[in-house]
Amino acid sequence: MSSTNQADLLPALHQLQEKLGYIPDDAIADLARTHNMSRAEVVGVIGFYHDFHRTPPGRQRLRICRAESCQAMGADALAMHASERLGVEFGATTADGEVTLEAVYCLGNCACSPAVMLDGELHGRVSTERLDAILAEGRGT
Amino acid sequence: MTQRIFVPRDASAVSVGAERVVRAIEHEAQSRGLAVEIVRNGSRGLYWLEPLIEIETGGQRVAYGPVRPEDVAGLFDAGWLQGGTHALCHGPSEDIPYLKRQTRLTFARMGVTDPLSLEDYRSHGGLKGLERALAMKAEDIVGAVDTGGLRGRGGAGFPTGIKWRTVMNASGDQKYIVCNADEGDSGTFSDRMLMEGDPYCLIEGMIIAGLAVGADTGYIYLRSEYPEAWDVLEEAIITATREGVLGDNVLGSGRRFELNLFKGAGAYVCGEETSLLESIEGKRGLVRAKPPLPALQGLFGQPTVVNNVITLASVPWILAQGGEAYKAHGSGRSRGTLPFQLAGNLKHPGLVEVAFGMTLRELLYDFGGGSASGRPIRAVQVGGPLGAYLPESRFDLPLDYEAFTAVGATVGHGGIVAFDDSVDMAKMARYAMEFCAIESCGKCTPCRIGSVRGVELLDGMMAARPQQSNDDALLRDLCQTMLDGSLCAMGGMTPYPVLSALDHYPEDFGLAPKRKEASA
Repeated sequence: MSSTNQADLLPALHQLQEKLGYIPDDAIADLARTHNMSRAEVVGVIGFYHDFHRTPPGRQRLRICRAESCQAMGADALAMHASERLGVEFGATTADGEVTLEAVYCLGNCACSPAVMLDGELHGRVSTERLDAILAEGRGT
Repeated sequence: MTQRIFVPRDASAVSVGAERVVRAIEHEAQSRGLAVEIVRNGSRGLYWLEPLIEIETGGQRVAYGPVRPEDVAGLFDAGWLQGGTHALCHGPSEDIPYLKRQTRLTFARMGVTDPLSLEDYRSHGGLKGLERALAMKAEDIVGAVDTGGLRGRGGAGFPTGIKWRTVMNASGDQKYIVCNADEGDSGTFSDRMLMEGDPYCLIEGMIIAGLAVGADTGYIYLRSEYPEAWDVLEEAIITATREGVLGDNVLGSGRRFELNLFKGAGAYVCGEETSLLESIEGKRGLVRAKPPLPALQGLFGQPTVVNNVITLASVPWILAQGGEAYKAHGSGRSRGTLPFQLAGNLKHPGLVEVAFGMTLRELLYDFGGGSASGRPIRAVQVGGPLGAYLPESRFDLPLDYEAFTAVGATVGHGGIVAFDDSVDMAKMARYAMEFCAIESCGKCTPCRIGSVRGVELLDGMMAARPQQSNDDALLRDLCQTMLDGSLCAMGGMTPYPVLSALDHYPEDFGLAPKRKEASA
C-alpha cells in the first residue's frame, strides 16, 4: 500500500481482508494515511460494503442465498436448517469459531437454486442433506 | 486419436459437480487406456442438464447429462466416445429443441468454444466487429449501434447509440468505458455466463465502444460474488494484451485501449451506475443526483459510457453483421434479441436467447417446462427484485420493453423467476421492502426510511391475518411516496413487486379477493 489515491482503497481493503479475514482497527490509520483520506472516511467506506468485516470471522464463511429464485426453491427452509444445525443466527459465528453464517443476495446460480457458497466455493441444488455433507466436508470430518 | 470431451467450467456447472466429473472421466479413460482431451467450455445454458458433457464424434457433438461421477464408467461402457445410446444421452447438442429454438446472436459461441482460447474466438467469428470498427469513423460506429436499435440490457432500456453519441460529443481530457458487471438481481445470470464463457466478446465490445466515443481506458466493475468470472476475465485480459488485442496498438491500428478489472464489495446498489462510479473512486456507493449525466461527468468527473455486460457484448455482432441485420429481430421498439434467464421453480431453468416479442407463457412452458414441483405456477417475477409479480392472466404479455411498461412491469435484465402455488405473496412483498432496507444506500429518505416503514406495515398486516388490517391504504400511500420521491431505481422501483402482489394476490394479505380490474 504505497498509493496516495483514494481510488485504490477498495482493492487495498480486499487485499487486507483476504489476508486477515477482516479489517483490524489498527490498520485504519495506515489506510487513511496512504489513501489520503480521514480515518472517518475509511471507516465509512468499510461500513458501507457487506463484504468488509471489522471483527475476525469464523474459520469458514457459509453464505446462503436468500433471494427470490432460491426462495422459490426452498431456501427459507434451508436457511432455517443451517441456523439450527450451527446453532447461530445469520450474521453470527459458531461458539467454536468454526463457521460464520451469512445471508447473501444472489450468487448468480439461479438456474441451480437453492445455492450456497462455502468460502469461495459455490454449490447448487442444495438440499438440507447436501448442506450437511458440504459442512461436514468443510470441517474435515 | 485423442478425442475431445467438453466439460463446462461455468460456475453453475461446477456447483453441481463438473469438477468431480472431470476427475472421474480422467480416471476412467486412463484405466481403459483411452486418449481423451478434456476441453473446459462455457455452459450451453441448459442448466437442468448440468453437468452437461459433450463428446466430439463424427463431426458433431453429442450431449450427455446431467452426469454424476458414478455415471461415468457406465457411459464409457455404453460407448459414449462413439456417441453411444444411454439413458443420459440427448443426441447431438445442436438438435436439442431448447437450443435449436433459440436465436443465439450474443451467445453464439456460448458453450461452443474454449472461453480462454483467442484462436477459438477468432475462428468462431470473434474480432470481426472490431476489425470493421477500426476501419470506420467514430460517427459510423455509433450509427451502426443506432441502426441496430440496441437498448441498455441492464434494465433501463436506454438507447445505447444516444448514450454513446453524448459521450462522443462531450469534451474531456480523458473518457472512460465502464462495464457494469454488478449483476445482483436474483434470477439473472447471463452476465456471469458471458464473462465466464465468452470473455473476449465483452472485451471486444468495450474496445469498440472506446473507438466510438474516443475513450482509451475501460473498467469492468465485477461483483465479488463471481470469483470464477474474475479468474476468467483476468486471464483473458492478460492474453488479449499479450496478443495485441488490448494495449497500445489494438490489432496493429495504432489505437490504444487499456482495460482494468475492478472488484465490487457486496453492495447491491452499486449496480446503479452513479453508485458504481463512486465505488470505483474508492468511496461509499452513494447514488449521485442526476444531472450531471455520467455521459458528461462520470468516472473521476470525465465523460463516461456506463453499459451493462450484455449491452457491450451485443456490440461485436452488430458491427460484424450490420445494424440492419440486428434490427431485423425483435418487436416494436424492442429490437434484437435478449438472453432471457429462466430461474426459480421451473423444470428446465436456463439461458434462452430469443428475439423480443415472445410471450411469457412460451418461455415458462415451452422452454421452462412448467414448474419444477409439478404444482401450478402462481406468480412470476420478471426483471429482478425491483420487477413486478405477474399472475397467470398476464402470461400472454409479449416480452417487449413497452408492453411491460404499459402494465407497470419491467423486462429489466431479462431474469424470470417462477413461483408455484405454495408462495405467500405477502411474504414476498415484505421481502421486497426488507431487501430495499438492507441494500439502500441511504442517501434519500423515501428509500432509506420508506423501506423500513414498509417492512413494519407488512409485518402488521401479516400478523393480523386472516383478519383484514386497514394498513393497505397506508402501504399504497407509502409506495407512491417511494415511487415519486426516490433518487434512483432502488427505492423508486421497490414498490413494483409490493403493489403488484397487493393488486393480484390481495387474499394473501388478508384482504378481500381480487378486484376485477387490477392495475399492474
